[in-house]
Amino acid sequence: MSDSGKNKDHEFKNKPLVDAGRQAVPEEELSLSHQARTKGFYSFFASLMAIITGLLVGVIILLIANPSRAGRGLLTILKGGMTGSPTQFGQAIATAIPIIMTGLSVAFAYKSGLFNIGASGQFMVGGVCAVFVAIKGTMIPASVLWLVCMLAAIVGGAVWGSVPGILKAYFKVNEVITSIMMNYIGMYLVKIIIEQTIYDSRYARAQNVPVRAEIPTLGLDTAFPGTNLNISLVLCFIFCLIIFIISSRTVFGYELTAVGLNPDASRYAGINSNRTVITAMIIAGALSGIGGFMMYLGGTGVYMETNEIVALQGFNGIPVALLAMNHPIGVFLSGLFIGQITIGGENLQLHGYSKEIIDMIIAVIIYCAAFSLIFKQMLSRIVSGIKKNRKRAGGRRQGPGRNVRADESEVSS
Amino acid sequence: MKTIAFIVQQTMIFSIPLLVVGMGGMYSERSGVINVGLDGGMIMGAFTGTLFINRMQGVISGQGLLLLALLVAGLSGFIFTIFHAFASINLKANQVISGTAMNMFAPAFAIFAARLVFGTQQVPFRDTFFIRRIPLLGDIPIIGPLLFQNAYLTTYIGFLIFFIAWFVIQRTPFGLRLRACGEHPGAADTVGIDVQRMRWAGTLISGFLAGIGGLAFVVPTSTESNATVYGYGFLSLAVMIFGQWRSQKILGAAFFFGLMKTIASAYSAIPGIKDLPIPATVYKMIPYIATLIVLIFMSKRSQAPAAEGIPYEKTGR
Repeated sequence: MSDSGKNKDHEFKNKPLVDAGRQAVPEEELSLSHQARTKGFYSFFASLMAIITGLLVGVIILLIANPSRAGRGLLTILKGGMTGSPTQFGQAIATAIPIIMTGLSVAFAYKSGLFNIGASGQFMVGGVCAVFVAIKGTMIPASVLWLVCMLAAIVGGAVWGSVPGILKAYFKVNEVITSIMMNYIGMYLVKIIIEQTIYDSRYARAQNVPVRAEIPTLGLDTAFPGTNLNISLVLCFIFCLIIFIISSRTVFGYELTAVGLNPDASRYAGINSNRTVITAMIIAGALSGIGGFMMYLGGTGVYMETNEIVALQGFNGIPVALLAMNHPIGVFLSGLFIGQITIGGENLQLHGYSKEIIDMIIAVIIYCAAFSLIFKQMLSRIVSGIKKNRKRAGGRRQGPGRNVRADESEVSS
Repeated sequence: MKTIAFIVQQTMIFSIPLLVVGMGGMYSERSGVINVGLDGGMIMGAFTGTLFINRMQGVISGQGLLLLALLVAGLSGFIFTIFHAFASINLKANQVISGTAMNMFAPAFAIFAARLVFGTQQVPFRDTFFIRRIPLLGDIPIIGPLLFQNAYLTTYIGFLIFFIAWFVIQRTPFGLRLRACGEHPGAADTVGIDVQRMRWAGTLISGFLAGIGGLAFVVPTSTESNATVYGYGFLSLAVMIFGQWRSQKILGAAFFFGLMKTIASAYSAIPGIKDLPIPATVYKMIPYIATLIVLIFMSKRSQAPAAEGIPYEKTGR
């Protein structure tokens, strides 16, 4: 009994650390590190459950639409961009890159309690700034041009993100409504900028981005022929890492979380919550702006359009962030995942299905992620049940309750 | 006079959906549930409503068909919102996330289902609902041209819904209980109000109104529905916040926004404006910028329901 309990335990934590901890580390410290680990595991497991549920619903939809091909349909979804064709693989990555950045933006703002539904506007404004510099910046040397474009995108996105931040901080205006307004204002502003300065009237869109301004590939496109890869994905990962470090290892990140959890208490504790909120929105905006830069300067043949549609990449960042439970590294993975199954959806059309099935699957996944707390509670109840059993079997050396209490605090956090 | 009548008629077309859906959002939020999924509810309403019109237009036509279609649209929004209510109230889910999922699901479902039925993602319908002039009422000087000519039935239904919704939430015991659940669910519970049930009621009403609003948006502006309401659900949310979660202010906000939108889209028909050397797109920004500015002036007096977005736990009192 005791052994089987232990084995279950090992799935969650590292054996040597725990065994050493049993003897050397005081129990409080043990439970802290243990808490962080299991919390991460629960979140990951909850996301996994959500994905599985989403795919199950997907299968049902496939069966309803056309039962005879449902099996092949599911296989296509699961394969995603990994069909063996490098072009498709590249497409999956190219789909993932902008939504990783907007997802990161949404996740970062969420840390300080802000729902950044305005990633679309920041994305478009950042994109148009980058494209504008790319086309008009003929005097900038080619070696640094892409960097200057990225800076322009950062500035554009940051300005667009700062407006809801400032209004929230100083005027207490709900950031959801201001972000929505900024999306539309940004959409029209982008249209005006394109039409007045860099318009290509033949195709009714922005002019082509010159090759010299494209994001460098550093040989990635020749190393993986046909994929059209450039260093964007690497940059994405670096940005995720930076955001991870900022939010979990710096004073600013701590303040951000504190303001997110309780603005009044953090103000009382001496944190300038106004400044924190504005900075959070500026950084979130900059991240979305970089997403626009990566999308339109990636050399993948997408151009800025003037069709008065709010860019979908911003909204699609929301599910990416939610699926990752707002964890920066998780955003990177969930962005790749959604990029993959989006291409899977494109391939579904070969089997006569419509690609919107993927959107429905993603929606179900997000819906399940919304009550991930329930998943987590279920899990921790099971785990603590196992622990109690083990304790009962392994003698009553410690007073009851301590570990159980630690579990409860995990659930409520 | 002609210009003014035109502006009023146009404003109605833009404002009524915002008003209806904004009132719906108010019901949900004042019962304590944030419903970001209004856009999804509108899309569902627009889709099923136009599908119903498309299928039935051979059998009946005119205002009777529109009335039935509005009912169908409302019901589909109602059913659609059950998922949001279940997640937010019973499963105590994060309501913003659940609402976002609703917004993602609805357009995908509308396209998917339309493809199954028609092979294309658009649902076409014949517009047999335009009212050129209501007999008698349309002949009244001044008021006639403003309110009873070149209109759609949805305008009057929208006003009717507004008055009923205002009366119910402000003047009935049900409304009082619903509001109590959004402000202080613990207190409501102690006097015997079933908080969960009230929140279910509020959320489902918002879904019903969102569905109606969706169809009320599509019918006057188009002859097909295309799995989108152009962000009107989000705008309705904005109108509701703009209106400080209060009926009359939502009415004002919806018409303010509708008027701005009319000026923006019909500026060329308004003498004096069209000759200015400004790109046309600038006018389209006006409604959004104006709303931002008004929000700044109205700020710091937020009257959001105190308990909105917080799942109610009986034990957590």
